[in-house]
Amino acid sequence: MKIHKYDTVIVGAGGAGMRAAIEATKRSRTAVLTKLYPTRSHTGAAQGGMAAALANVEEDNWEWHTFDTVKGGDYLVDQDAAEILAKEAIDSVLDLEKMGLPFNRTPDGTIDQRRFGGHSRNHGEAPVRRSCYAADRTGHMILQTLYQNCVKEGVEFFNEFYVLDQLITEVDGVKKSAGVVAYELATGEIHVFQAKAVIYASGGCGKFFKVTSNAHTLTGDGQAAVYRRGLPLEDMEFFQFHPTGIWRMGILLTEGARGEGGILRNKDGERFMEKYAPVMKDLASRDVVSRSIYTEIREGRGCGPEGDHVYLDLTHLPPEQLDAKLPDITEFARTYLGIEPYTDPIPIQPTAHYAMGGIPTNVEGEVLSDNTTVVPGLYAAGEVACVSVHGANRLGTNSLLDINVFGRRAGIAAAEYSATADFVELPEDPAKLVEEQVERLRNATGSERVTEIRKELQETMDANVMVFRTEQTIKTAVEKIGELRERYLNVSIQDKGKRFNTDLLEAIELGNLLDLAEVMAVSALARKESRGGHYREDYPNRDDVNFMRHTMAYREVGDDGTESIRLDYKPVVQTRYQPMERKY
Amino acid sequence: MATPTLEKADEAGAPEPGFADSPYITVTFRIRRFNPEVSEEASWQDFQLEIDPKERVLDALHKIKWELDGSLTFRRSCAHGICGSDAMRINGRNRLACKTLIKDINPEKPITVEAIKGLTVMKDLVVDMEPFFQAYRDVMPFLITTGNEPTRERRQSAEDRERFDDTTKCILCAACTSSCPVFWNDGQYFGPAAIVNAHRFIFDSRDEGGEQRLEILNDKDGVWRCRTTFNCSEACPRGIEVTKAIQEVKRALITRRF
Ligand SMILES: Cc1cc2nc3c(=O)[nH]c(=O)nc-3n(C[C@H](O)[C@H](O)[C@H](O)COP(=O)(O)OP(=O)(O)OC[C@H]3O[C@@H](n4cnc5c(N)ncnc54)[C@H](O)[C@@H]3O)c2cc1C
Ligand code: SF4
Ligand code: FES
Repeated sequence: MKIHKYDTVIVGAGGAGMRAAIEATKRSRTAVLTKLYPTRSHTGAAQGGMAAALANVEEDNWEWHTFDTVKGGDYLVDQDAAEILAKEAIDSVLDLEKMGLPFNRTPDGTIDQRRFGGHSRNHGEAPVRRSCYAADRTGHMILQTLYQNCVKEGVEFFNEFYVLDQLITEVDGVKKSAGVVAYELATGEIHVFQAKAVIYASGGCGKFFKVTSNAHTLTGDGQAAVYRRGLPLEDMEFFQFHPTGIWRMGILLTEGARGEGGILRNKDGERFMEKYAPVMKDLASRDVVSRSIYTEIREGRGCGPEGDHVYLDLTHLPPEQLDAKLPDITEFARTYLGIEPYTDPIPIQPTAHYAMGGIPTNVEGEVLSDNTTVVPGLYAAGEVACVSVHGANRLGTNSLLDINVFGRRAGIAAAEYSATADFVELPEDPAKLVEEQVERLRNATGSERVTEIRKELQETMDANVMVFRTEQTIKTAVEKIGELRERYLNVSIQDKGKRFNTDLLEAIELGNLLDLAEVMAVSALARKESRGGHYREDYPNRDDVNFMRHTMAYREVGDDGTESIRLDYKPVVQTRYQPMERKY
Repeated sequence: MATPTLEKADEAGAPEPGFADSPYITVTFRIRRFNPEVSEEASWQDFQLEIDPKERVLDALHKIKWELDGSLTFRRSCAHGICGSDAMRINGRNRLACKTLIKDINPEKPITVEAIKGLTVMKDLVVDMEPFFQAYRDVMPFLITTGNEPTRERRQSAEDRERFDDTTKCILCAACTSSCPVFWNDGQYFGPAAIVNAHRFIFDSRDEGGEQRLEILNDKDGVWRCRTTFNCSEACPRGIEVTKAIQEVKRALITRRF
């Protein structure tokens, strides 16, 4: 075991982690621990764009953007945070441009902007061009630009280091962050990083679903690490299902495809969205479109012999337009489906896409241990966190924005804190939990296999807590997850070595997924209403009287060692917008 | 343990437009194994799979790892050609495993899979990427400007933006650099990927560091080592015209115009 000492430690080198690192490195001695090489992070997969009311191409302002964000999130958004998001969006796009990001340009050389679902002028009057973009690879350009600036600032990275535990020490009755424990992939060595401030920026957890746009590595390690140490997770029942994933594979085809005129069709060739959203049609909000697709499938109008998908039809669009505006996604169709989008419709189905919930923070990125108390020295930003600017449903282009605005804020806040704070003493035997976990798995002889449990988990999540949920389906999932958690104790791996043991890490990642899946299902079971991405067929309406509040899930351990989940609730911060019915 | 044959039933999809009705086939994957914890020697190992040829080579590697041999080691993340993790030598050519469908690489014969060349193999298909990223960092891959920062964005015409569009697509997968015979012979050569990323800034109208970068690439280990074999352009999974970018940098060095 090695011990390192840094002022600030950042967990993750995606958009949020690197945006934080650029600020923190200027102000404090900073280390970034990341399980992937920074440029491999999933921010690079984002296609569509980043929202900011620059008003470069038409009238716009940040107040309209705030409203759209609150409404898009079905009023579960904390409005003070949404206001900061929309207001600071403008500088955060300009900052990226100054760092070198090659945005697409308008004829007069300013940053070009385009339309995206849910972004409107003057509180829903008409669509507005608010998304700043670089072809259909905006996330790639953000990730590259931030890495380039990390190189420029001399940010210190520990690549292929997996953070597996959060260290907390109680000082005078106050829980403080003391550092993290990491596992080095190359050598199998365990490292303790003592730090005055720790920032989690470790991304999402979509891999508990089978059909997902998320990378294999998005396994919720950060959420699981703090949750296991008794800190809450907020709004985990809210997960976004993007309407257009490639059938069975889940690879995302951006909303921009419908923005350019693409149409969804069922097996009869019918443009079915006209029935469900007469005004916005194919461009209605993501939760609405995903539900409509599944309604078609359930009512027998799905395509293919198993009737399990619908078509995204781009065949009426001129090939030049597809080449210029959607080069990457049309190539995905050719590469993975052998389909020529000029002439053939693309089979699609909703794909698990984005975790709205996560580690609760305030607007400075400080992590909360209950509804109001800050954990000194602990921060989170990006998809791992819940500020909450996305509420029950995130608007497209608001996440690339979130990682930049709140990544920057967390980086500054953490470094300023570590400039004055003292190191907190490490707990006794700080690496114990991770050492035991690793040793147990290396020596395990049980008959259960990671791949089998993961497959069953993903299948039950897709079947029971995806786009449609009922008490019955969620209970089925909770039970199944319980069973899988039991079986997980009996899991063994084949690779017993120290060097690049990805077999071992996949087993650990599965443990994280199981913990988080259970939190998600239990939170969903208790929310007896439908709001944004959480749709209960047995409670199809939003219930502001009983559920206009955030879920806070805590892990409890009884005296006999039994684990359970305790749910509590936190009020939503409302400033100027009263809840209204959400129509598009 | 589930066998590959059992999986068939639930994954055998329906024929889709654009596909011939393709049944599962038996494919042999011949993989170059190396694990110094076990043996100092590398060796080939064969795995037979029943697999849908429309699947990716990455899917096959996962099937092997998850169902046959958990110790098989490779990097991967996004699984759709965007993160640059899984460049490897497949049937003697550098490709991304996640962007290569089995049916496209002659599955009747054993498919060989080995680590990319020119970088030290750490285990199986995993190589030491540090020298590759060091070369990238050495060309100062960030916007360099002087003078006061403007209040709003820097202006750039659509044409000026188009000038370096191709080289902004790079995902740093190393497929190009590790297919370059010059790099194989001499790891000191910057390699195509670093030059591509220098190009991305040299030809960016907002950048003022072109001269510095050109000086770096004028070095004995710089662009002049390139012998225009086009391996890099053929290897690039992002379709970047790598050789053309290198030629443009050479020309800029001669004319000092960019
Ligand atoms: C296909 C796709 C398209 C999208 N398109 C858009 C879009 O157009 N607009 C938009 O606004 N949003 C979009 N999103 C959402 C957005 O891209 C993501 O929410 C956002 O990029 C997440 O950034 P992040 O920095 O929080 O996490 P990530 O970029 O996922 O980075 C996570 C980092 O954490 C590290 N990490 C994880 N676990 C550990 C661990 N245990 N130890 C150490 N390090 C760890 C990883 O190495 C990685 O560096 C899209 C998402 C997807 C999947
Ligand atoms: S130029 Fe192409 S092959 Fe080379 S590193 Fe970049 S993406 Fe990979
Ligand atoms: S896994 Fe990301 S490029 Fe292949």
